[in-house]
Amino acid sequence: MSTEEIENKHTISVLVDNEPGVLARVIGLFSGRGYNIESLTVAEVRARRQQSRITIVTNGTPMIIEQIKAQLCRLVPVHKVVDLTIDGPSVERELALIKVVGSGEKRVESLRIADIFRARVLDSTNESFIFEIVGDTEKLNAFIELMRPLGLVDVSRTGVVAIARGIEAL
Amino acid sequence: MEKEQNGKLTGSEILVMALTDQEVTKIFGYPGGAVLPLYDALLQQNSISHILVRQEGGALHAAEGYARSTGKVGVALVTSGPGATNAVTGLTDAMMDSIPLVCITGQVPTHLIGNDAFQECDTTGITRPCTKHNYLVKNVDDLARIVHEAFHVARSGRPGPVVIDLPKDVAMAIGSYSPPEKNEHKTYIPQMKGDASDIKQAVKLLIGAKKPIFYCGGGVINSGPKASKLLAELVRISGYPCTLTLMGLGAYPASDPQFLGMLGMHGTYEANMAMHDCDVMVCVGARFDDRITGLISEFSPNSKKIHIDIDPSSINKNVAVDLPIIGDVANVLEEMLKNWKSSNTKPNQKALKTWWKQIDEWRAQDCLKFSQRGEVIKPQFAIQRLYEATKNNDDVYITTEVGQHQMWAAQFYGFEKPNRWMTSGGLGTMGYGLPAALGTQVAHPKALVIDIAGEASILMNIQEMSTIAQYQLPVKIFILNNEYMGMVRQWQELLHGGRYAESYMESLPDFKKLAESFGAVGMRVDKASDLDAMIEEMIKVNKAVIADVHVEKMESCYPMIPSGAAHNHMLLGPEDNSQRPISEDGMVLV
Repeated sequence: MSTEEIENKHTISVLVDNEPGVLARVIGLFSGRGYNIESLTVAEVRARRQQSRITIVTNGTPMIIEQIKAQLCRLVPVHKVVDLTIDGPSVERELALIKVVGSGEKRVESLRIADIFRARVLDSTNESFIFEIVGDTEKLNAFIELMRPLGLVDVSRTGVVAIARGIEAL
Repeated sequence: MEKEQNGKLTGSEILVMALTDQEVTKIFGYPGGAVLPLYDALLQQNSISHILVRQEGGALHAAEGYARSTGKVGVALVTSGPGATNAVTGLTDAMMDSIPLVCITGQVPTHLIGNDAFQECDTTGITRPCTKHNYLVKNVDDLARIVHEAFHVARSGRPGPVVIDLPKDVAMAIGSYSPPEKNEHKTYIPQMKGDASDIKQAVKLLIGAKKPIFYCGGGVINSGPKASKLLAELVRISGYPCTLTLMGLGAYPASDPQFLGMLGMHGTYEANMAMHDCDVMVCVGARFDDRITGLISEFSPNSKKIHIDIDPSSINKNVAVDLPIIGDVANVLEEMLKNWKSSNTKPNQKALKTWWKQIDEWRAQDCLKFSQRGEVIKPQFAIQRLYEATKNNDDVYITTEVGQHQMWAAQFYGFEKPNRWMTSGGLGTMGYGLPAALGTQVAHPKALVIDIAGEASILMNIQEMSTIAQYQLPVKIFILNNEYMGMVRQWQELLHGGRYAESYMESLPDFKKLAESFGAVGMRVDKASDLDAMIEEMIKVNKAVIADVHVEKMESCYPMIPSGAAHNHMLLGPEDNSQRPISEDGMVLV
């Protein structure tokens, strides 16, 4: 494979007008053109100007990534598209809520691992915990894998949010 | 309907005012429950005339024909539900070919949206992927702004279709009007001017080229007549060869010796070979479509590619280019010309001479040759005679349906000027040509408008004959009748051992009588020796005409780049097929 064909993961931030259907436009673009979405988060970030920020994690060859950005820019309600993966250093975080059911030794072990990962206990019953964990995607994946043999029954993840380091704003 | 109440208007009146301010004079449409207030408002004014089509699909193609032949925004008005869904094909067609349209769709009243109400459909949901942008108007006070914005979005940048979905209660609500604003849109700002240093670099590359070619498309036409003039000037000053895509025909004069003809799947041998062998390619307002490139991995392997396009998403989509220039074609060409003229270096004339010598050798193949022997009319001959009979008329517009006849028209009809050729390129919509001709004739009442059709395609929107009758439009329909879906049949020969599954057109109407039943003139010709007289008669009649030209049934369209093959592997005639069977990879392509 030439370098042109290697697929890489990219985190893309999109600033949009928070108008009806804007998320459908973005998602429809990805499904209609056969691009991947690994995760997608969206929320209003500038209430006064009614603007939302969408963070998309996707993967593709450099040509595909370039296409994705150009296609996003073409949508009328899109203000700005930034590829955080190549436009400089950035930080990424994801939050997960993880339910583990069990008793005895496994229950103690799950609590011990949660402590190592700095996961918080949000809810506890005699047979279950709900942990809240924040970190990058890899950390969350590692934690979930460790919880699996200890009685993991449910996971809810926010998807990645990301922001560029330094003084620049989107 | 209530007239003004303290300067207030109904939504319908606001819409009509906004359309008037956008200089709309023609609307193609079909009424229905959800748009009755709009029709009532249209009835009470005189600046906009409404053309009643016979199916909404026809309205969209008519608006496309209007838009392509004038460079203005075409406008369609349809009702909710089935009206909107019938419009989808035309919207997609306009999206693919970058045609500026505004389509107003009626919608059920806002309180019923989502209720599966009568004639309700999710119009904005359905049309989202096939429009440049769409709007659902929920508040009457947003209506004027949305209409003005819709026209701006439709016509600027890379043009395209825009839908305004208007619920009936909003059309009847009382609100206020606002005229178009000059302010820039807050997010949608197309880049018009190309980067100066890139343009300089492009001209340097071009001047240094030994085997250059201009490859130009519909973007030149969309940029306006000035772009075509600038292109012709740049091509002539350079002495370089120029080829056009199907969408670009007319952007450069066909009779010019520097024109190599159309390129692509059914393009000329010389155009495709020159594209394959060139060392510098300038793509102007074209998009490296799969009909153009053939096998991507072998597409023009040794060339530096310059790509001028207003749409950044067209760059590096199919083919990686060396020097992209984002901007409006006319703007960029103007700057290129300035750079060219002020440049101290000039092209290497010796290399250019060798290049032309090579091109002339390819030309000597005479890839479009055919022999008209006997009385059975060759379809190519029919188009050639039509061209000869009309080429001195300054005011001719040609539309086509989709299929073999379309390719023959592209090959054998020479276009000298832009906006004269209306064909469905990207989507390949059979049934496009008749309504498009109708729309073109509405825009140019005195012009000679000819729909070059096939007997299969013409039946897809034949109901528009009734519209043509109502408005007494003297559209000429020139049917190449071979009793087959010719292109389907040709592909069945190439790919499926000549097993003609469902491609024979049984039970065709008597087109002569069909014409007469719509108050038009019907003609039929079977013999080559009668063809010229029929064409002359067809042009002379000041009425709509259906000319049923019975042609050689088994003729195939050549030359052809078979699917999955590269530019330099063209089939020049049927005898080439057997020698080079199509690969399995090619079989799956369309």
